[in-house]
Amino acid sequence: MSTPAKKNPDENIEQKKVRKNDKWKKHSPKVAMILSIVFAGFGQLYNRRYLKGTIFIIMELAFLVAFLESINYGLWGLRTLGTIPGTDHSIRLLVLGVLSLIVTVIVITLYVFNVIDAKKQAEKLRDGWKPLKLRASFKEFYDRAFPYIMTFPGLLLMIFVVIFPLLFSVLLAFTNYDLYNSPPRNLVDWVGFDNFKNLVTVPIWQDTFISVFSWTIVWTVVATTLQIALGFFLAVLVNDPRVKFKKLIRTILILPWAVPAFVTILVFSAMFNDDFGAINRDIIIPLLGGNGVSWLSDPLYTRIAIVMIQTWLGFPFIFALITGILQSISKDWYEAADMDGASRFQKFRNITFPHVMFATAPLLIMQYASNFNNFNVIYLFNEGGPPIRGQNAGGTDILISWVYKLTFDTNNYSMAAVISIIMGLIVSGFAFYQFRKTRSFKEEGEI
Amino acid sequence: MNRKQKSRMELAFIYIIIAVVAIIIFYPLVWTVGMSFNQSTSLYSSSLIPENFSLDHYKWLFSPDSDYLVWYKNSLIVSIANAIGSVVLTSLVAYAFSRYKFVGRKNGLYIFLLLQMFPVMMAMVALYIFLNMLGLLDTLSGLILIYLGGQIPFNAWLVKGYFDTIPRELDEAARIDGAGHLRVFWSVMLPLAKPILAVVALFNFMTPLFDFLLPSIVLSSEENYTLAVGLYNFINDQFSNNFTRFAAGSVLVAVPIAAVYLFLQRYLISGLAAGGTKG
Repeated sequence: MSTPAKKNPDENIEQKKVRKNDKWKKHSPKVAMILSIVFAGFGQLYNRRYLKGTIFIIMELAFLVAFLESINYGLWGLRTLGTIPGTDHSIRLLVLGVLSLIVTVIVITLYVFNVIDAKKQAEKLRDGWKPLKLRASFKEFYDRAFPYIMTFPGLLLMIFVVIFPLLFSVLLAFTNYDLYNSPPRNLVDWVGFDNFKNLVTVPIWQDTFISVFSWTIVWTVVATTLQIALGFFLAVLVNDPRVKFKKLIRTILILPWAVPAFVTILVFSAMFNDDFGAINRDIIIPLLGGNGVSWLSDPLYTRIAIVMIQTWLGFPFIFALITGILQSISKDWYEAADMDGASRFQKFRNITFPHVMFATAPLLIMQYASNFNNFNVIYLFNEGGPPIRGQNAGGTDILISWVYKLTFDTNNYSMAAVISIIMGLIVSGFAFYQFRKTRSFKEEGEI
Repeated sequence: MNRKQKSRMELAFIYIIIAVVAIIIFYPLVWTVGMSFNQSTSLYSSSLIPENFSLDHYKWLFSPDSDYLVWYKNSLIVSIANAIGSVVLTSLVAYAFSRYKFVGRKNGLYIFLLLQMFPVMMAMVALYIFLNMLGLLDTLSGLILIYLGGQIPFNAWLVKGYFDTIPRELDEAARIDGAGHLRVFWSVMLPLAKPILAVVALFNFMTPLFDFLLPSIVLSSEENYTLAVGLYNFINDQFSNNFTRFAAGSVLVAVPIAAVYLFLQRYLISGLAAGGTKG
């Protein structure tokens, strides 16, 4: 672009500027786009962003050399789940396949970014924008990339700990992976929606599913409501101005929350033992006579015991939470109500209750969601038992503990995956509805 | 019945209710402690107040026969690493979500929160194979990585809720004074968000101590067990034989944890309420 200059220096510079602009006028975003589609970084070279272009080229070369083959293999494995029994390990292939899928999505995202970047920069250059100096463009890059840099380590971890296992288990629901079809001896195959069909048509699955599902709902509603009601009730009682030793009482009431639940459930499980548990031996038999209640072998009593235990475990959190809210309600409200001659119940209904609900609704609703998935209580107390005839789940099994048994006891992985998906959809649908109502969804970001 | 009497009756009624609840709360706890001081090892013969008071089970836990101290150490390693790592990771993520505009800002966290509602049992199979591929199976670092990744969505949501309550004028003022992105984060946001970060640290310190499902799948050799897995195995192997030993081991875990909880409960509640309801 430099031309021999025979005029005086000033004019020379003028002309150069004009020519430079002319030159950029013909710069075509389309060419930049096509070039960067052909090979990442070429478009940037065309835009004369040499450093950026080189980085993209190196990245693509590295990808082609290092990953292409294994990704190809992974995607092949995902499609076929292996072809030679005994040699191809279907589940390992599935894992590799899901990982390849994730890497592919990341690479495609980068590639799209590269194309858009080339096109945008070419447009800007054509419109007379002058590229920044190296330092300034680093600064600009840093500003723009900062939130991505901040979230990157977390995102990477979440992709492997949350997304990857989830994809894997969703895919399992469409295979016939169980005890009889398991690698390395046999291959696993894609079976489409067969597992979902079996769940609603094969009698044993259908019966078990319906009874486990309905108990799960009863359990969630009853146990959670009880713990909230008890916590609320006690918080209001202790908050009464006439009660003394408030601090001590509160500390005692919070105690069940402070002791690891894992320990207390196992302790309860020993205490409720039919034959030599403390509840039967020290309380029921001396008081009521007889042979004691069969807490662990009669489904009805086991259910009652579990609901009571969960109430014991869960009310202190609610109690503490609501105590905090009660203390923050202004006294003026109650004084005004007293002036109007409101009864105690009216004050509770119209002042206390709305205040508490407004402040704690999201956390209370999360309590329901967490009890729906409360594996620990069910499994540690009695491993979901007692067993019930004609079903492959125990009398107190909720969906999550049933899934655990299907996975680790009977190795019926594909059915476990189907039930996991159904549960996930229920809980996340519920939670989605909840999140929609919280405020920060509507709030706008700045900067 | 006059007014004063009525009030006294009510008060007595309140105290009775509280007393009943207190008894129900203390009963299993006292029973466990009593059990741990019982000389015999079985559930059959033991009673609430031990007839033959003995420290045998505690002594056994610290004897060379048991791995209890190793488990304690493992649990502390996992818990401390998880507490520190989670505060670093989550506060970075929450800062970006609270103050910057970027692709995925609006729904990113919520999508992860919703995805996490899917039960983790099947995921365990996937994680098992994945850790195996990386050679991290049966290691504490593999366990820590899974905890760290899994805690981000909920805690980032909590911390973001708290960050949102910090006035933007503060960081804008700092920016005008020439502070960069990290400087604002370090000198403005972090000091103001201490209460919620303490909550996050505490929660993530506690989670590995309470959890037994994940470590029981990831860890297979006894010298790598965490407390929960080790204690569970005391009673899982031969229920009636080792229950008193389990009780002694549990008391030594539960007492320090309960002490910390009771000491910090006020901050826990206010932090949760502030982050959770405003998030």
